[in-house]
Amino acid sequence: MTANVVDRPVAAATGRSTGFRAVVRRVRRDRWAVASAVVIAVFAVVAIGAPLISAVTGQDPYAYNIDALNDFGAPRGALGGVSGTHWFGVEPLTGRDLFAIVTYGARTSLGIGLAATVVSIVIGVLVGVTTGFFGGWYDRVLSRVVDVIFGFPSLVFMIALTAIVPTSFPKPVLVVLVIGFFGWPSVARVVRGQTLSLVSRNYVVASTAMGAGRWHVIRTQLLPNLAATITVYATISIPSMIGAEAALSFLAVGVNPPTPSWGRSIGDAVGWVQTDPMYLVFPGVALFLITLAFNVLGDALRDALDPRGADR
Amino acid sequence: MTDPLLQVEGLRVAFGDAEPVVRDVSFELTPGRVLALVGESGSGKSVSAMSVLGLLPPEARVSGSIRFRGAELVGAPAEELRAVRGAGIGVVFQEPMNSFTPVLSIGTQITEAVRAHPSGLDRTGVRARVDDLLRSAGLPDPDRIRKAYPHELSGGQLQRAMIAMALAGDPVALIADEPTTALDVTVQAGILDLLRRLGRERSLAVLLITHDMGVVADVADEVLVMRRGEPVERGSVTDVFARPSAEYTRTLLAAVPALEARPGSATSVTATGADEASNASRPVVARLRDVAVRYARRGGPTVSGIDLELHEGRTVGLVGESGSGKSTIGRALAGLVPVVDGTVEVDGVDLRAARGKRLRDLRSRVGIVFQDPASSLNPRQTIGWSIAEPMVVHAAGSAADRTARVHDLLAAVQLDPSWAERFPHQLSGGQRQRVAVARALALRPALVIADEPTSALDVTVQAAVLDLLASLQQEFGFGMLLISHDLAVVRQLADQVVVLHDGRVVERGSTAAVLDDPQQDYTRMLLAAAPVADPARQAARREAWRAWEGVAS
Repeated sequence: MTANVVDRPVAAATGRSTGFRAVVRRVRRDRWAVASAVVIAVFAVVAIGAPLISAVTGQDPYAYNIDALNDFGAPRGALGGVSGTHWFGVEPLTGRDLFAIVTYGARTSLGIGLAATVVSIVIGVLVGVTTGFFGGWYDRVLSRVVDVIFGFPSLVFMIALTAIVPTSFPKPVLVVLVIGFFGWPSVARVVRGQTLSLVSRNYVVASTAMGAGRWHVIRTQLLPNLAATITVYATISIPSMIGAEAALSFLAVGVNPPTPSWGRSIGDAVGWVQTDPMYLVFPGVALFLITLAFNVLGDALRDALDPRGADR
Repeated sequence: MTDPLLQVEGLRVAFGDAEPVVRDVSFELTPGRVLALVGESGSGKSVSAMSVLGLLPPEARVSGSIRFRGAELVGAPAEELRAVRGAGIGVVFQEPMNSFTPVLSIGTQITEAVRAHPSGLDRTGVRARVDDLLRSAGLPDPDRIRKAYPHELSGGQLQRAMIAMALAGDPVALIADEPTTALDVTVQAGILDLLRRLGRERSLAVLLITHDMGVVADVADEVLVMRRGEPVERGSVTDVFARPSAEYTRTLLAAVPALEARPGSATSVTATGADEASNASRPVVARLRDVAVRYARRGGPTVSGIDLELHEGRTVGLVGESGSGKSTIGRALAGLVPVVDGTVEVDGVDLRAARGKRLRDLRSRVGIVFQDPASSLNPRQTIGWSIAEPMVVHAAGSAADRTARVHDLLAAVQLDPSWAERFPHQLSGGQRQRVAVARALALRPALVIADEPTSALDVTVQAAVLDLLASLQQEFGFGMLLISHDLAVVRQLADQVVVLHDGRVVERGSTAAVLDDPQQDYTRMLLAAAPVADPARQAARREAWRAWEGVAS
């Protein structure tokens, strides 16, 4: 049969648009996605407003509070010392307020997660688009580099690197760079594949044929059509970045103490799980919720941006 | 006349709660006769046919009556429908390449179809049956075909294998959904011949779905014309073609470009001579000399020894079957493919020697219109942006100038200038193709390359786009290279024709000379294979084609 040609223009509403508003409308119809977006928003507010929250509760994540502990260094009271002053109880051995640690930990996790994602997406998109579009030896060399980094035992390398780099180098920046550096090859591969299929489309060929330069084609033809993929990929890679930061902190090679971090709290709490299980539960639930929320939202975005899906 | 095998009455199909896509369609199939459902895209012809087999998506609501040998199929249980599929009614789809699983051999897949319906045959019996089927589908060496995988066969061979598979359950009726649309004309002629023969020999009732009036004239006995889900006209082929009663049928027939010279307008040798003279007086906009293009590092060139001259205000038609290299030549003119030999001159400048900025400037002298309107415009940008893009690239004029020029161009291609803000998905295929034409003309190019500009469009839309191209050429005076597989389209627009076969020029000359009095066998075969929308003429042409086929094989 001939192409799907209609006699008159299709109304905008019936066409499957991937415009911003249409995507928001479709995501809003997914209850889980809305809940995830709310969770992410709450965490973002908590992370940004952490000093304000700690001012309201009158607690500070760095202040030791030996009075809240019993003789063995475990928190006094039930559920790890949960009370009106210490909402999530206190940290064993130090008596620091766990609520303050979790709220400040959100800053570390989200901050490093987002920054590392930006790093990996920027490098990945740059490499992916250029290799897919230029091809030739440039593509062959960089694609091999991607393969090598993919096969690298990245966790071992990250641990080694964070141990070697002099302590004067700011630790959060180092963690961002290390995690971001190992995140870009997967982005580059996906973007390169998409670019390869876009390059053979007639509108890209037409642009070249009318005398457009390479950067014009990349900027006006390729990137707008890659935007959906990049958005989805970024959303889905944030939780894995947060997880990677938590893993490094868990292994005591993440951000330096006493900077609060969920990963380190979880690492410390493992030893206390029999006597004070709540110490593990609060940072663990926080980590679980935010990674789940980003994954669910990313999934909903992918469905919403997929032009093949039916407009439910 | 025998009793009808399949009776469809008052068929109505709707998807969900939307407006029905098929309304009040009635037809019947009789053994040994071919019924053609003809209409443009969106007319509901495929939906009507697929509803017979219950092959519509689950949200489709079918009402009316479909009776097969007296048994009602609408609302019948799945087991009953399965018995009808294959054993009662066989199906042949449009894309032979997508109709077979690529990972299994053809023999395995046809064996499966033979075994799907109990036959009581043992292993050797099944194999003999598969060979029989392949032979009856016009594949003379079943041993090779049986072992072959789909990618090892040509489109025509695959379609024949598909027909063999459709015959596996000994059906009494055959539904063929655009069986030849993806195939070359010479292959199409063979497949249509096969369908006609099978219909007669096995007294099959054939339901043929097509958009091509030439195909209808070639094989059908009866025809049902559909438009937007409604039957427009029904009758025997001879009656409908000779005396169409519905206005829409007349429009449809008038829109089919004529392949044969209209009586009275036959060009004589003197007219051809005058043609040559006027050609020579016009300035040359592009010239190919002994050009060869090679894609792969090793192996022979895709095209070679191409000489071509394009004059201002004139059109050269480049025709040939798929794989003949016609698109490659168009791309060589735009500097998009590696030319390994010869010279390509556009506007007096050697394209092969140009690099960087010079090449980009040179490219502004060439406009391209592509085949597929769906992918020729960036879905993320407005059509106004797409038309202005060449001007932005070459920094031509201010933003206000560009907006004004976009409006002028939209008006020139007969679209509303206010549509500049729309996105491609809001336009139909024909409208998108007009936008693509407008973009090609944005920089007032000396040369326009139209690569199958209408092959994805409906015939009425095609007629409008061809008229548009002709009138724009009059207005702007560009030289045009028209690449097409359709000889009738070329006849309508081109002043000169170049026939390509396997990357080489077979024949060239003025349009009238080549199409009315071809000198080469290959050109004659192409001409004989293309069906014309006139049953009586087509019957004569079919005989001529059979003679050619005999010569070829």
